Amino acid sequence: MSLVFFILAAVTLAGAAGAMSLRRPVHCALSLVLSLVGLAGLFLRLGAQFVGFAQVLVYVGAVAILVVFAILLTNNAEIIGRSSTVSSGWLAGLGIAVAVFVSLAAAMARSSALNRPASPPPTASVRDLGTRLMGEYILPLEVLGLLLTATMIGAVVIALHERRAK
Amino acid sequence: MADAVDQIFVTLKHWLVGFFPEALQPVVSALLSIIPILSVFPFLFGIATVLERKGLGRIQNRYGPNRVGIPLTNIRLCGFGQFVADGLKILTKEDVVPRSADKLVHFLAPVMLVVPILLAYAVLPVGRNMVPVDLDAGILFFFAVGSATELAVFMAGWSSHNKYSLLGAMRAIAQMISYELPLVVSSVTVVMMAGTLSLPQIVAAQSGWLWGWLPAWNVFTPWGCTGFILFVIAAIAESNRTPFDLPEAESEIIAGYFTEYSGFKFALFFLGEYLGMFAVSGLAITLFLGGWQAPLPWLTFIPSWAWFFLKLFGFIAFYIWLRGTLPRLRTDQLMNFAWKFLLPMTLINIVAAAVWFYSRHWAVPGGLAGRWILCAALVAVPYLLFGRAFERTVPKRVYRYAT
Repeated sequence: MSLVFFILAAVTLAGAAGAMSLRRPVHCALSLVLSLVGLAGLFLRLGAQFVGFAQVLVYVGAVAILVVFAILLTNNAEIIGRSSTVSSGWLAGLGIAVAVFVSLAAAMARSSALNRPASPPPTASVRDLGTRLMGEYILPLEVLGLLLTATMIGAVVIALHERRAK
Repeated sequence: MADAVDQIFVTLKHWLVGFFPEALQPVVSALLSIIPILSVFPFLFGIATVLERKGLGRIQNRYGPNRVGIPLTNIRLCGFGQFVADGLKILTKEDVVPRSADKLVHFLAPVMLVVPILLAYAVLPVGRNMVPVDLDAGILFFFAVGSATELAVFMAGWSSHNKYSLLGAMRAIAQMISYELPLVVSSVTVVMMAGTLSLPQIVAAQSGWLWGWLPAWNVFTPWGCTGFILFVIAAIAESNRTPFDLPEAESEIIAGYFTEYSGFKFALFFLGEYLGMFAVSGLAITLFLGGWQAPLPWLTFIPSWAWFFLKLFGFIAFYIWLRGTLPRLRTDQLMNFAWKFLLPMTLINIVAAAVWFYSRHWAVPGGLAGRWILCAALVAVPYLLFGRAFERTVPKRVYRYAT
């Protein structure tokens, strides 16, 4: 629990809060990016270089751009932005959030994992990660690749169909 | 002697760090790694702008800047004082922000562009033992921070509240995403061969000489040569240089995503573009051209950092030459080229690299020459087929008035 951790945690939380409460959708998306960068920093602090960099590469480099494009391509972006963030359901939402937090915190406090002696931090070098992914976990990796390819082909097929209808 | 000159900056840094108390040393060491990056590369940017204007001038049969030298003297320095004058001029210019702009995002965009690019220099080895941070996953870090610049481009285009800015940003993002893929995939071959993601180790893997004179650089292998060409094409597109300068095509959309920027913020975009160009060229040097290593055994007396910057200047000259001679692509040509030609070629190149790697133990007739021909054919035959197919998609040009 060092100063760096608190700064990163504050950045992550502030970004997440901004993503929920800001008025304009593009601001929300940018604030979400801030939160994701903070999360990447937290991963790096834990010594997980690969996960940290992949977080930036995938979420900041690709997902954020996708989100922003989606906002831009839906024309009613500004109209959505005008609706107030504080509504009548706000109090109920707060109540549910508190209830969920209390139940989760109670379950965590009673769990046996807290009493376990802390194990030495695992050292996961990028090389280890690569050899594991290509050896032990090759089947899940291939299945995931197949799934993503199927998704991509599906997207292309849908896009092609639309053009023909025109 | 040669070793002392080679390591002069490293010894200088250690000597300077020694002056500080133990507790401050990590901070001072980090600062002494950062300050050279922050001073050398922007200075190189200044030099490159003058070189570019002079080079373009020569190509277009005129002089280019040749007046500004040292003020109050008659020393002209061949016009190399120009960038200082330009810098001062741009610093004193008024900073105009459009009334309907999103002020905060408009302000943050140039910062968001320059900071990740400067971060990318942290993993580039510019000389022997001269890498600010030797990360285990250096190349991954480079691409991760590089991908963050796309968001800055979007922020600039969107916050300006101007149709040209938004069009430029859309073009830039589409282009950068499309060309990032061939850029990363063409560097995968090097990672496969070197077996590491750390850039200093990739440089070390390219040391040594073949037959006593040919450096063991990746570019002198069939897969490396192909990879290098593909990488450089993608790198030029990634840094928005001619012929891929659609995002800022001044004859169509004024200046693209930074139309509404003036004064020093405009200079920051300009700086970011050039720094990005140097960084990705530095990566190309590291991955394919042996990094800081000398090209011939009897040239090793020249210090390693000098080799790195000489190669970088070679790249800058190449970019200026391209800018002076090539016309701009059209958007559909740009996209087709990336997805239908570059990406398949990079994937084929990975197969060629794998064949090159495993054929070490095969009984290929002709030994090394046989392996060379085999792997080169693996790339060249698909290239010819792809090239033919790609050419067929381009409609034949119709000359209406000229005969």
